[in-house]
Amino acid sequence: MKCDLCQKKATVHLTEIIDHQIVELHLCEDCAREKSAQMEQQFGLADLLAGLSDFGSQIKDQEKEKIVCPNCAMSYDDFKKFGRLGCGDCYTAFKTHLSVLLKKIHGANYHHGKTPGLETPSKNEGQNPQNPPQKPLDVLKAQLQNAIQEENFEKAAGLRDKIRTLEKEV
Amino acid sequence: MELDDLLKQPGEWLKGSGPYSNIVMSSRIRLARNLEKAAFPNRATRKALVEILETVMAAIRTIDYFKSSTLFKVHELDNIDKQFLIERHLMSHEHANSVEGKGLIVSAEEVLSVMVNEEDHLRIQVLQSGLNLQETWNIIDTIDSKLSGKLKFAFLPGWGYLTACPTNTGTAMRGSVMLHLPALVMTKQITKVLNAIAKLSFATRGFYGEGTQSKGNFYQISNQVSLGHSEEDIIHNINGLIKQVVDQEEQARQALVVQNKAMLEDKIFRSLGVLINARIISSQETIELLSMVRLGVDLDIVKDIDRKTINELFIMIQPAHLQKLEGKKLSSAARDTKRASLIRERLGGSHV
Repeated sequence: MKCDLCQKKATVHLTEIIDHQIVELHLCEDCAREKSAQMEQQFGLADLLAGLSDFGSQIKDQEKEKIVCPNCAMSYDDFKKFGRLGCGDCYTAFKTHLSVLLKKIHGANYHHGKTPGLETPSKNEGQNPQNPPQKPLDVLKAQLQNAIQEENFEKAAGLRDKIRTLEKEV
Repeated sequence: MELDDLLKQPGEWLKGSGPYSNIVMSSRIRLARNLEKAAFPNRATRKALVEILETVMAAIRTIDYFKSSTLFKVHELDNIDKQFLIERHLMSHEHANSVEGKGLIVSAEEVLSVMVNEEDHLRIQVLQSGLNLQETWNIIDTIDSKLSGKLKFAFLPGWGYLTACPTNTGTAMRGSVMLHLPALVMTKQITKVLNAIAKLSFATRGFYGEGTQSKGNFYQISNQVSLGHSEEDIIHNINGLIKQVVDQEEQARQALVVQNKAMLEDKIFRSLGVLINARIISSQETIELLSMVRLGVDLDIVKDIDRKTINELFIMIQPAHLQKLEGKKLSSAARDTKRASLIRERLGGSHV
């Protein structure tokens, strides 16, 4: 089979869904690499692509930028190999990739549960002064930031209103 | 509390009471927590692990709830003690694979245990008898809040609690319920029920959690999704599902009683007969027979044995428990003899 773009031998076969149409792509290594870089920029779908064949490992040394966690020095490639992250900061370092992965695993990529520090600390167990819990307003602002990034605008609007109310009270 | 003291009293979760305790053995919730900035255990140096253990232990010592708890350093325990703690559902197999820096905290009634430096820095577990997830959550929520006043946990507002494995991210909560489903197995309905559960993205496991086969008709059902739903919602969903499975098991039990009582009684009393007469018995055979006797107790077919005795036996007949009881290492053959004598003693076979 020949590459759809340049007529060389196709070694990578992709199925994409574009505007509700299933599109099959047959690409040679070079064109696939280019296509992957495009897609990564646009949608952060590199790991979806990488999962399709060992094509991920073919491109990694050459072009794909190595993402490394600044806190624990774990690379995203290491994470793919071991399936375990290195520290809490890896989540920020690999944010784009993990957002896709978390959505795949959980069907959602937004936390709706407990937040530490929002509970009233009991009198006996006073909070550690070096680690004061986050202020509710800060927490809400951070949640708003995230909601916007996740394009969850309904939630964002609700959070914005809550923040306004809180700010008025202050 | 010493490790050997645990032998004398069964764990709180085995008492055989609480809602639906004829079918639901126990409810368990575990929370995963990690310390901000610190490398997760699989990536931490031995020195870092020891430091994390010390930080966590220091925090725990200041919290009232842990006053009656015992702190173990896993690498200081011998193999039988480690196996003993696994058999009691207080720690995982992975945690027993010991390097320095792993810890275990167990409360006096075994309601609460905390593994330090398993896959995550903290794995907090609360176990209760019967279908009791809400109460279990209330306990673990309180403890977690107290801990978070002392330790700064890795958390992002958008993604919740950050864990080593992304399958736990978010609430980092796993709620699981241990069910005894002999009638669904006997009426060959179990596959259908398990398939339906899998479709609803819940996981089914055996008696000893992840990667274990079902034994003695016990199935552990737990949530798989931890991100996108609140803890209370997840608990509500598990409860709803469990009640349906319990209902199916009830119906299957009634069907057996109505349509095939003689067969059912025969199976139950033959099982009891072997248990109170055997001189040599394997753990696999014991578990299968105890399952039938437990069904007999639940259906009031067996009258002079209580559920707590049966529940305890499921744990006591395991290899490390028998060796702790005997106070020495036993060969497999010696264990089979010791097991048979323990069962005769516990099930009141004084005349045999």
